[in-house]
Amino acid sequence: MLRKGHIFKWYIGIFLVFLYAPAILLPVFAFNDSSIVSFPLKGFTTKWFAVLQTNETLHVAVGNSLMIAVTTALFSTLFGVLAARASTRFVFPARRSIMGFIMLPMVLPEIIIGVSLLVVIIQMGFELSLWSIILGHILICTPFCIAILSSAFMNLDQSLEEASFDLGQTRWNTFWLVIIPLVMPGIVASLLIAFTISLDEFIIAFFLAGTEPTLPVYIWGQLRFPAKLPSLMALGTILLVLSISLLLVADYFRRRGIRKTGIENTGGFL
Amino acid sequence: MTWFQKWRRGEGAQGLFLISPTLAFTLLLLAVPLVMVIVLSFWTQDYLTLHRTFSLENYRTAWTEPMYQYLMARSLKISMLVTAMTVLLAYPVAYFISFRVSPKRKAMWIFLITIPFWTSYLMRIFLWKVILGYNGVVNGSLMGLGVIEQPLSFILYNQNAVVLTLAHAWVPFAILPIFVALERVDRSLIEAAEDLGDTKWRRFLRVTLPLSMPGVIAATIIVFIPTIGDYVTPRLVGGPNGLMIANMIELQFKKANDAPLGAALAISAMIIVTCVALIFIWLNKKYIREAK
Amino acid sequence: MTQPIIQLSGLDKFYGNFQALSQVDLDIKTGEFFSLLGPSGCGKTTLLRSIAGFETPSAGSLYIDGQSMDGVPANKRPTNMVFQSYAIFPHMSVAENVAYGLKARKLPKAEIKTRVTDAIAMVGLQGFGERASHGLSGGQRQRVALARALVLKPRVLLLDEPLSALDKKLREQMQSELRQLQRAVGITFVLVTHDQEEALTMSDRIAVMFDGTIAQVATPQDLYGQPCSRLVANFIGMMNFLDAKILSTSGETVDVDVQSFGKLTLPLGQATGGLEGCDAVGVRPEMLTILTGSQTAEREIEAVVSEVFYYGDMTYYDVRLPFKEESVTITMRNTAGRSILGVGEKARVGWSASSLLLLK
Repeated sequence: MLRKGHIFKWYIGIFLVFLYAPAILLPVFAFNDSSIVSFPLKGFTTKWFAVLQTNETLHVAVGNSLMIAVTTALFSTLFGVLAARASTRFVFPARRSIMGFIMLPMVLPEIIIGVSLLVVIIQMGFELSLWSIILGHILICTPFCIAILSSAFMNLDQSLEEASFDLGQTRWNTFWLVIIPLVMPGIVASLLIAFTISLDEFIIAFFLAGTEPTLPVYIWGQLRFPAKLPSLMALGTILLVLSISLLLVADYFRRRGIRKTGIENTGGFL
Repeated sequence: MTWFQKWRRGEGAQGLFLISPTLAFTLLLLAVPLVMVIVLSFWTQDYLTLHRTFSLENYRTAWTEPMYQYLMARSLKISMLVTAMTVLLAYPVAYFISFRVSPKRKAMWIFLITIPFWTSYLMRIFLWKVILGYNGVVNGSLMGLGVIEQPLSFILYNQNAVVLTLAHAWVPFAILPIFVALERVDRSLIEAAEDLGDTKWRRFLRVTLPLSMPGVIAATIIVFIPTIGDYVTPRLVGGPNGLMIANMIELQFKKANDAPLGAALAISAMIIVTCVALIFIWLNKKYIREAK
Repeated sequence: MTQPIIQLSGLDKFYGNFQALSQVDLDIKTGEFFSLLGPSGCGKTTLLRSIAGFETPSAGSLYIDGQSMDGVPANKRPTNMVFQSYAIFPHMSVAENVAYGLKARKLPKAEIKTRVTDAIAMVGLQGFGERASHGLSGGQRQRVALARALVLKPRVLLLDEPLSALDKKLREQMQSELRQLQRAVGITFVLVTHDQEEALTMSDRIAVMFDGTIAQVATPQDLYGQPCSRLVANFIGMMNFLDAKILSTSGETVDVDVQSFGKLTLPLGQATGGLEGCDAVGVRPEMLTILTGSQTAEREIEAVVSEVFYYGDMTYYDVRLPFKEESVTITMRNTAGRSILGVGEKARVGWSASSLLLLK
């Protein structure tokens, strides 16, 4: 007979297997020496990684995606800093509704955002380009940045600002000498999260991509060709390792920030 | 000082000034486009010419054509199933992390839960296809164990596969808000319930569950509304009977070239989903009031 | 007489409909240790923050060193503040914290260095300059906060409940250190506190505040000995109240009918807050004595002991006086050979008319 506590542990174990199944299979197939992505496994190879090195279209797509992700990270963090600072430090009219509206893309289906941006761009007579994707990505990343930055700004003791002002500094210098250094870990985390989200985003990018593909759009196109699948698995493995490393770096900065401001460390991302 | 100068130096004005760039961006790229989609949904288009006169034709088509009705109903059903499954899967996990894991390890567990989410979105869906496929992992292992003779065919290219894949994609998003809500539950309240003679199960139902409801509601909203807009999962693992309304919206905007009808479908879907979500929140508030 | 360093008149502060300060008039003298004392929510912190420039008063005028502070922001005022949370910049070392204000004034590097070293030494933190500030103890953080503010040689140092976060022992030590520091630097200190003992032991003068208004401004001795109302008397130490009725006044004296004590004639000076509205007589517990054996007093009254609290050096008696519902507290020093009465025993209570105050 199983005890109650054991059932619970079994459940968590099975849940983790379910959760990790795709992430574990990805590298398994990436190193599998077979052109068909299925079991049984054939043998170990790194040739699928080698294939990636010579793929010109892929390199262009990666370049586009990196450009989009970096730009998105910079702008959405900038917008996030402004909004998080405003909402945590000041009381202003309609604050809750304004913040709710800015956070809306977090719960809006991405297809709605994709469709509406597509309509505006077409109706205004603009061409679809990487910039249209960037605009869409800033829109969906900003709420995530605000969520991270708000907690950074909220941990900031307001009397630190007042102390700086009291000691004779101007507001502008106080912002750069006291506020920014103390929320820096939050800013770094925000940049990394926005970068990671943008790099992997497909639904909006697919709607707004003109002639230049992003990495996920390229992957989507390749999924139709069975022969390309093993190299896609290799690509996916690289992306997974990259994402996790970036997240670990982001988490490191977040913890360092918490240590600095001396607040008990509980909870994790978001 | 005039009142205006006073106001300009006050908190309200400074806050509004700071938030204005972000607000302006969101207004310009969210509110304006949404309004344009609404306007577009009242126009009509045949082939390439757009008729800019007000018409309810698209909504008539969207709400009366059996195909659209059917797709809408199926999407709603799938989204509800996904939401129910996600929340049911997530709650015990969130509970485990909040109540059974030592405080020092909680952050690590949350990190552990979110890692798979950072596998490329498209790859993750595709790998479910591999797992559930005819020669896939599930069939392979079940046959290897001798549980089944023939590969199971009902697990891929249907609605079950869509529900499973979407639930997998959204479960971290459901765990986080429920976990946060459970963390906020004052532990002494549960001890008080125990002290007052409630059994383990009853104090969960009467104290922990009602107090964590805000997290469950947040999880439901976060999962339910966006899933209706997913068109990649149904396309990859849904087969012909697993397609959803978002696939139709995508089709209208891209290949079928009838953006106004696509806009009407998108808006109809949003309205229905929002209504369902509001009804759910209302029922929930009623439940919490009555639980007291 | 020299000009007051801080002059407030008719100061009002509203938060929406809530009035935090109401018609505050106050002069603080140059070089004194001044305390704002009151229960939480009485407006003392709002008053301090108005002086610092973090709050803009809704009405009234504020002069520091003869200069109007209207429209002068906090960073341009000759005041510096020690915050309740100390507000030590966590990303800077002790020396960088202390140098912060000097750097804002763009002083030459060499001068900053010597002044910082001196300030750190002055608060007893020699050798801590290069320490990271987030590892400091509560007492050390407070010293850094003091050094950081005093290094700027402000005209007025404002202290917002600086001792409330410290434990009892450290708090008492810091009280005497603060007092000594104030005498040494000669700067005007304005301290906000809700702890009456702290205010009494440290201050030259104290302002007691209730509900946004100043009830009394006086030296610690006057505040304790001659409180102007029952509210003040009750907030500063303990006091017993007996209902009283004014019968008549004649020149320098007033005739009153006091519960239990009967008809008395008191000098007008014992109506410390003025005669108007007086309806009680107050007497401090140590001004009453329990007489033993053949001891006698100016006046005596029979009472019954209802409760005894033994404190070691002191005994607190609650006694019932005739014609009075609530008991009266008497504190007695436990001198050698003095026996302690039990509950229910009869006691002779000695008192004198000169220790009574006529209060409203």
